[in-house]
Amino acid sequence: MIETVAFYLFSVLTIGLFLVTVMSKNVLYAMTSLAAGMVLISGFFFILGADFLGVVQLIVYVGAVMALYSFGMMFFDLTRDIKEKNTNSALIFVLGGLSALVLVLIFAAPIYSQNIQALYPMHEGVGNAQDVGIVLFTKYLVPFEVAAIMLLVAMVAGIILAGKKMDQSLTEDTNADDTILVTKDAK
Amino acid sequence: MITLTHYLVVSAILFSIGLMGVLRRRNLLMLFFSTEIMLNSVNIAFAAFSNAYGDLTGQMFAFFIIAIAASEVAVGLGLLILLYKKFGSLDLDDLANMRG
Repeated sequence: MIETVAFYLFSVLTIGLFLVTVMSKNVLYAMTSLAAGMVLISGFFFILGADFLGVVQLIVYVGAVMALYSFGMMFFDLTRDIKEKNTNSALIFVLGGLSALVLVLIFAAPIYSQNIQALYPMHEGVGNAQDVGIVLFTKYLVPFEVAAIMLLVAMVAGIILAGKKMDQSLTEDTNADDTILVTKDAK
Repeated sequence: MITLTHYLVVSAILFSIGLMGVLRRRNLLMLFFSTEIMLNSVNIAFAAFSNAYGDLTGQMFAFFIIAIAASEVAVGLGLLILLYKKFGSLDLDDLANMRG
């Protein structure tokens, strides 16, 4: 009973919040609703018994990714509304619906063919975090290390890409300073 | 009773919302937000499969998707900052250089 109530509550709230994210003209509203939707998605993971995944979702998405986006917003000066020209929204709705249908078919095909067998079954009486740890550090050790290297490469790339000319402001009018410098040089 | 199908339907709805965002928005930051929505919806589907079959593989793939999403955001936000320095805007119509 409580699972049903929680599922419908979380699904309605996530769909509504993500619709706000997609439709909103204000980046601040979009980012806030996206963060709230991420929190509610971790609620889905807790319902599904994937406790560790839910905690990782909270830490990584809500903690790290959203903080990164909010710091990015400070660079971009996006507090004013975005003006976009949207063309041909009917075609986009049809394309989005068709792609969702294809997604459902792709996911549903192996279920109806009954070909799925559990490779790494969950153990009874063992916590989810323990179980995940055992599988992650035995069967998936190589992908885990490769993911660690990928995160290191991404960190270095992010620092190098964003770190150039950090002493200059992006949003202030730099041309004004340039003209002052030019006039100083002329004198 | 909530079955696997319920979770898959929610996941498909969220995925189509994200896809509509990718197709509809013209601001690069909003495209990133829509990509995050799509990745999260696929994570819900993986967790639901993991629960339905009593198998941990779905959760493993969800972990790797989260790691990939985190590194994508780090690199992508750096590229967005470079684009903003170069063009002064994140609108895709302003960034179109080649008039085909």
